[in-house]
Formats: sequence, structure tokens, C-alpha cells
Amino acid sequence: MAELEVEIVAADHFVWSGAATMVKGRTTDGEIGILPGHSPVLAVLAEGELAIEPVSGSRISVQVDGGFFSVDSNRVVIVADNAKVADSASAGTR
Amino acid sequence: MGAQLRVYRQKINSTKSMGKLFKAMELIATSRISKARSRVAASLPYANAITRAVSAVASQTEIDHPLTTEPEQVRRAAVLIMSSDRGLAGAYSTSVIKQAEQLHELLRSEGKEVKAYLVGNKAEQYYQFRDRPFERSWLGNTDAPVFETAREIGATLLEDFATAYEENGVDEIHIVYTRFQSMVVQEPTVIRLLPLEVVDEEADAGSELLPLYEFEPETEQVLDALLPRYIESRIFAAMLQAAASELAARQKAMKSASDNADDLVDKYTRLSNTARQAEITQELSEIVAGADSLNAS
Repeated sequence: MAELEVEIVAADHFVWSGAATMVKGRTTDGEIGILPGHSPVLAVLAEGELAIEPVSGSRISVQVDGGFFSVDSNRVVIVADNAKVADSASAGTR
Repeated sequence: MGAQLRVYRQKINSTKSMGKLFKAMELIATSRISKARSRVAASLPYANAITRAVSAVASQTEIDHPLTTEPEQVRRAAVLIMSSDRGLAGAYSTSVIKQAEQLHELLRSEGKEVKAYLVGNKAEQYYQFRDRPFERSWLGNTDAPVFETAREIGATLLEDFATAYEENGVDEIHIVYTRFQSMVVQEPTVIRLLPLEVVDEEADAGSELLPLYEFEPETEQVLDALLPRYIESRIFAAMLQAAASELAARQKAMKSASDNADDLVDKYTRLSNTARQAEITQELSEIVAGADSLNAS
């Protein structure tokens, strides 16, 4: 099964990257879930929590306060003004 | 001890203590450069992601957004000058201010008014000393900039950009900063921040095809959110580059200063040795002469 290649960057540092099976985020319109094979999207993120289901390990939640994210050919780039990984993030960090 | 000898000893002591100071500042700058450079590197993923998104948006839609449309007539330009807070960095601030002056002249010759925005104490002093007006200045942390400052600057500039000319707004924004090329080369650079330049480029086989994005919620809102971030990230990147350049310039200046101090200490030591020797020779000849005259009598 295809995987998503996820990358989270904040303004002055790199936050997280890794492979995931699902990303769930909150846009200004409402929640959006990204699965592998999603069509390209450029969306504005609202303040709140992002959930990432990594290929291995448990679910990661990231607190962001605004930003945007782009999805194209299974590559998800989340650009946040400020991002904080809430817990169990060590699995995928590099 | 002879007067001359004392003077040399004083000079040696003061030069030595200054040399210590220069050495310490050199070491501090050296240790901070690597951090500044890694911050430049750390900000790259964000800048790249934003640039990619902006170019994707720009390449597929006919952008009609106030931030990208070129005003028909540019009558007032804002210039953001990034200098340092402290001196002792060689020609760092001077050369960036000189570059800004050239831009100033150029804009004036094109019939534009210029509004100055300053970063760093040195630029502010330059303007205050010459009694020249400037719009706003940001001081502190030029050698370790924080993102909040970049955001503040971005907000201020965008606000003035959104204001009409008649109400003291600006039509374009330039940044003058020092680009960090390597440890030995730092180059004062001018970039035009706004309006954004959308470059049309022939796609070749090597260039990556940018995806056709859907926008969530609306194209307009995405651009509204995207462009200010793009501006902030450009400003922040410039600040980080300027910080790395400042430290590199300071390190270089302090290195040559401490080398010069060492040379001076060497020189004065020789001179003081000569003076001491001359004194001894004189004393000896006085004693010999005295003994001679005693013998003769």
C-alpha cells in the first residue's frame, strides 16, 4: 500500500518527517483527512491539532497555530507558524 | 627607570589588554557563526516549502492579488536596511549602508520617494546623525534574530504596502542586507520584496512539474494566508543571512585586530629593549667615565 511522505516544518526549525498512512488536519473550513492517493491540495490550516498516523508506531498529534499545507503525489508538506509535537514523536524524528 | 622605557611598557600593557579583548571577541564570533549558519540551514525547509507553494500557485492561476499586481505607477518605495547593533565588525555596517545609499539614489533618479525602515543600531545612528527621517527602526538581536521580529517587520511593511499612496503608503518594498556567501565573502545585496516578481520560465525536461492544486477553502483566502508568510520568511531569511554575515565580518575584523595587537606588542617590546639597553650603556659609560676621572686625579 502506498504511503504518505509527511514533512512538518516550522518557521525557524524542522519539526518532523516520516512515512504515514493518514494525516488529519483542520482547515479554516473544517477537518480534512488525507489518505495516500489524495489529489493535490493547498489548504490553509486553522489553529488546532493535527493527527498523523505513522506507518510504525502510535499516532502523533501536533499542535499548530496557523499555517498551510500542501499535498501532491503522496507528499504532504505542513508549513506551520509554530508547531509542537505533543507526544510519542521520537519514533519518526530525524 | 627611564621615561622612555616607562612609556613603552605602558604601551605594551595597554596593547596586550586590548589584544586579549579582541581575541575574546574573535572567539565569541567564531563560536556563534556555526550556530548562525545552522539557523540559516534550519530555516531553509520552511522557505523552500513556501517558495514551492507560491510558485505553484503563481504558475497555474492568473493571479490577481494586490500583492502580486504591479502598480501602474510607483511613486514611493520602502527600503528596509539591515545593519548591525554593535560595531567592531569592520566595514560590515558601512558597506550595507553604502549599498542602501546607492539604491536610494537610483530610486530617487526614477522619481520615487523613499521611506526608510531600519534594522540595527548602526543604521539608526547613521540616519539620526544626518538628521534624516526614517519610518521605523528595530533594534536588538541583530546577531541572533528571532522570528517574531521578522513577523513584526513583515506586518509593518505589508500594512504600509496596503495603504494608498495618498495616505502615505508605499508602492514597492526593497530589502538591503548582507548575503552570507562564505566565511570570507559577504556581499551587500538588494532584493525587491514586493510586488512579487512572477517569472515566466520555459519548462525543460529537467524542471519539475508543479502540481495542479485544489484550493481549500478558496484561492483568494489561500493567497491571503500564503503571501504574508512568504514575505515573513523572506525577511527572516535575510535577517539570518545578515546575522551570519555580521558575525563573520566581526570575526575577520577581530582577527586582524588581534594580529595587529600582537605585531604592536612585538614592536614595542623591541623598542623598549633598545631603550633599556641604551640606558644601561649610558649608565656604564657614566660609571667608566667617573672611574676614569677618579683615577686621573
